[in-house]
Amino acid sequence: MSGPQTIFDKPNTYIGKSVPRADAVRLTQGRGKYVDDIQLPRMLHAAFVRSPVAHGRIVSINVSEAKAVPGVTAVFTGADFVGQVEPYVGVLSHLAGLRSAPQMPLAVDVARWTGEPLVMVVASSRAIAEDAAALVEIDIEELDPATDMERALDADAPVIHAEFGSNLAWERLVEAGNPDAAFARDDVTVVERRFRFGRHTGVTLETRASVVEYDPSERMLTYWYSGQAPHMMQFILAKHLGLPEENVRVVSQDVGGSFGIKIHTYGDDIATAAAAKILGRPVKFVADRLESFLTDIHARDHVVDGRIAVTADGKIAALAFDDVTGIGPYSMYPRTSAIEANQVLNLTGAPYLIEHYRARARVVFQNKNMMCQYRAVGHPIAMAVADGLLEDAANEIGMDVVEIRRRNLVRDDAYPTVSATGMKFDDLSHHKSLDRLVEMMDYDARRAEHARLRKEGIHRGIGLVSMVEVTNPSPMFYGIGGAPIASQDGTTIRLEAGGAIHVSSSVTEQGQGTNAILAQIAAGVFGVPLDRVKVTTGDTRSTPYGGGTWASRGAGIGGEATLQAAHALKQQVLEVAATILQSTPDKFDIVDGHVVDADGGPPRMSLSDLARTVYYRGNELPSDLSPELVATRHYRVSDFPFVFTNGAMAAEVELDPETGFVKVLNFWAVEDCGRVINPQLVDGQIRGGVVQGIGGAFYEECIYSEDGQLENATMADYLVPMAFEMPDIFVAHVETPTKTSVLGAKGAGEAGTGGAPAALMNAVNDALRPLGASIHQMPMTPERVLKALGTV
Amino acid sequence: MKAAEFKYERPGSLAEAFALLEDGDLDATPLAGGQSLVPMMNFRLAQPGMLVDLSALDEIKGISGDGGGLRIGAMTRYVDLAASALVAERAPLMAMALPHIAHAAIRNRGTIGGSVALADPAAEMPALLLALDAEITVQSSAGTKTHAAADFFLGMYETALQSGELVTAITVPAPAPDRRFAFYELARRHGDYAMAGVAVAASGAPGGVCSDYRVAFFSVSDRALRATAAEAALDGKVPMDGAEAAIAALGEIPFAGDLNAATATKQHLSGVVLKRALERV
Ligand SMILES: Cc1cc2nc3c(=O)[nH]c(=O)nc-3n(C[C@H](O)[C@H](O)[C@H](O)COP(=O)(O)OP(=O)(O)OC[C@H]3O[C@@H](n4cnc5c(N)ncnc54)[C@H](O)[C@@H]3O)c2cc1C
Repeated sequence: MSGPQTIFDKPNTYIGKSVPRADAVRLTQGRGKYVDDIQLPRMLHAAFVRSPVAHGRIVSINVSEAKAVPGVTAVFTGADFVGQVEPYVGVLSHLAGLRSAPQMPLAVDVARWTGEPLVMVVASSRAIAEDAAALVEIDIEELDPATDMERALDADAPVIHAEFGSNLAWERLVEAGNPDAAFARDDVTVVERRFRFGRHTGVTLETRASVVEYDPSERMLTYWYSGQAPHMMQFILAKHLGLPEENVRVVSQDVGGSFGIKIHTYGDDIATAAAAKILGRPVKFVADRLESFLTDIHARDHVVDGRIAVTADGKIAALAFDDVTGIGPYSMYPRTSAIEANQVLNLTGAPYLIEHYRARARVVFQNKNMMCQYRAVGHPIAMAVADGLLEDAANEIGMDVVEIRRRNLVRDDAYPTVSATGMKFDDLSHHKSLDRLVEMMDYDARRAEHARLRKEGIHRGIGLVSMVEVTNPSPMFYGIGGAPIASQDGTTIRLEAGGAIHVSSSVTEQGQGTNAILAQIAAGVFGVPLDRVKVTTGDTRSTPYGGGTWASRGAGIGGEATLQAAHALKQQVLEVAATILQSTPDKFDIVDGHVVDADGGPPRMSLSDLARTVYYRGNELPSDLSPELVATRHYRVSDFPFVFTNGAMAAEVELDPETGFVKVLNFWAVEDCGRVINPQLVDGQIRGGVVQGIGGAFYEECIYSEDGQLENATMADYLVPMAFEMPDIFVAHVETPTKTSVLGAKGAGEAGTGGAPAALMNAVNDALRPLGASIHQMPMTPERVLKALGTV
Repeated sequence: MKAAEFKYERPGSLAEAFALLEDGDLDATPLAGGQSLVPMMNFRLAQPGMLVDLSALDEIKGISGDGGGLRIGAMTRYVDLAASALVAERAPLMAMALPHIAHAAIRNRGTIGGSVALADPAAEMPALLLALDAEITVQSSAGTKTHAAADFFLGMYETALQSGELVTAITVPAPAPDRRFAFYELARRHGDYAMAGVAVAASGAPGGVCSDYRVAFFSVSDRALRATAAEAALDGKVPMDGAEAAIAALGEIPFAGDLNAATATKQHLSGVVLKRALERV
């Protein structure tokens, strides 16, 4: 009998194959069903009046003219939701000391960032709602804003929440060994740098969107949601709208990208649900691009003062840094806005053997849009700080940047290990990945070519990063802190009468191909052709309970649950087959939709014959056999807080010193995400992530004026990389399956975004170094490069 | 956002268009390719009472030879300019610049007249017309006027166009046989409005001294403008020989910064694009 351990060798497995995803044709033909495609009878449309100032006391709101516009059903102010919506606070108990103030969907007396929703207009069309919104009169008394996070802790800074006495939301210090003594050694070289990371955002193709229907007869609320955590949203809506959880159904159909933007609680979405409940009519809200820029969570606004000490033979003697990050006026609910800083503390230098370590993070309130978890939470900062310092240190002591890594990376045979910050690592392959990278990019030849080109006035640079990525989180991530976020996920697989199988899983699909890999796993493990698998995800009513897809957990956790469920269903089927064929289950296997003899030979019985016998002609079965033909399995990671992956990446750039322009010529990524289920989808994740990393490194930045106005809230002014800005991206894999599951898959969704900025910054600095310049601020815009060169 | 309510007309003749545009009660605005106007309406930054769609006015579309020069109807789209052999031959500067104007989808709809009427300080077309010594024909029910490009662009989104008037044609004089051109711009991403750009024209043999320079910048100030001191510094010189003096003369330009480049950066980049254009003349 084939146990789950042997599935990878089966001739009919789909694991490891780049089979096309089932939804590709549908989506490219424009047949996707997104939230905005939903039309319900009697549906109303919402528009919001948003705060025009970063900080202001609401003196009065006059909605009478707006209410009088024909087609307007209702106008709500913050006060109207008091008593209807329970306020929410973005804190978690395991982030000790984190504080935030209660939030309501619409600001009640003080507006705290530009774009915060103040008034909601509900009308028969969005255009009418906007017409009416323009007629709402709001008298706001402007208050001094605290926008600059670096000054938000100053004694004279305006305090955003008076009850806290300061703008400090959270602070954490991590210390290991004796960093002071290590930095003071007289045989070390110390390099100090100040890194700045620009605030940016996720820019999903499909913007945030909600359609909410409330049926008062059953007190049943249905929320169509473009998101990645349906069960979490079920809990949140139930709790804050005062409904039993089972009376809330959350449905995610196709999702046009999410990147972490859509796993948070947004005032306008909650207001939409509250309005639907109050009015007893469906309400739709689709954020437009301006609203997306103003209110979708931002990320990465950090200033980090970092220091590294290295010995003459290139060993890291100590690493220390101080991180300040501004998160906006509240910590986002329910995941909190302290996680990114926490990740920076935990992950900086994680690939390396570092004994002496000190890191402090201060998370501060400010009058800008809120920051929270966006793809590769904290990783780009952690990797850029550690590998930026390391490459600069290598150059100080005259050592090659590959060599210095080889001397410090944790050995591939040393695992399991625990890092200076207490992170548990296993099954990593830093050296093997670095070796593969060096070979793939022809490192030495490229260096030699750059030296030659430099003599001709062509300034190229190479930069590397060795990285880890947090994936497959256990309950230690959120659940432990009291968040309503499942860390386990489940899959149910049912044999249909026609011999096909139906998979329903609590992980979600937001464009990356989750459904496709679940189908591959189920088909391969169970034994049917791929086109005989249908998958349902994203519906709290019909899938098992689970966390959804974020933190690169869809394949690793949802995939394992699917594998186990497919295996369990197969055992059931073999038992039935054995009874019908008068043998024992271990004598059979399922191949290509048929029960076959375990040692080969022609099909003995088709699955449809078997299923129809069970479903239609149960009288033919012995009375003590009552097959289920449906199996559910749940899975969570239990021995580790996270299953880390690792990777090594390199960028090659060409710098134009006259203009400050940088062209990315090539990018190489070697990633170890354990078992690769679909190489094409994994490579797509890496490439897409690298492109987002290019965005963070060179283009993307939410530019605020001093008084807290977002100055580039359009796709014309907020620059995301496009096809022209994308280099060739070469991807290779080292496969070290995780021992935490049979499947062995770790996550792959965030590596590119997490690692690319560090490699790109190092590459630019490699090009700048002969010119006596360096840059440690992202995005590395032409103007900043020119400033680094002293040109302007 | 959704555009505020507006009325829409698509007149079949200029006379009908003028009747609509000159009726003050209608608060009418001409619609050309809509690539600038429609986004502004969708942000409710523009809320016209009526759109007068010019797309049925065949009389202001198309490219024809005008002596040795060109006459381009205002409603001619970028895509048609880019495909025109006549433009490539008689206004090669335009052919050089067109691939840098926005993206293919926008060039499919955007028109030369729309760009000229809008006078975005970052747009390429006004600078091209300055470098080409082009003329802009405007018309209303009261008649036809012709402005030299040099007198037309007055400031940020500000032109000599009076309300009720339409830009109907652009005329480009026949280039002298030894007229040579160059174009260079620096954009953050391909297809973006430039951080700085310049169009250059000059007369002379390849590699030799040139005269009658035109140096027209865009995206460095509140409008497209000619750098006349730089032109004078170049006069009678081989382009690259005059580059240094021309760059030194750029102080005459009232540089204005934006989100991508502060004033000093604009000035620096103007020098760089000018040098690179002169290398290509
Ligand atoms: C993403 C994007 C990128 C772009 N990048 C660039 C770029 O790099 N360079 C660039 O130059 N442009 C760029 N544009 C703008 C584009 O070129 C516009 O098409 C052009 O500026 C306006 O032309 P239009 O025909 O679309 O005019 P419309 O948008 O229809 O009209 C613009 C204005 O001119 C008025 N108008 C139009 N025609 C006439 C007329 N004949 N007489 C009087 N008034 C008239 C209208 O009333 C309106 O006020 C970009 C646009 C977009 C959306």
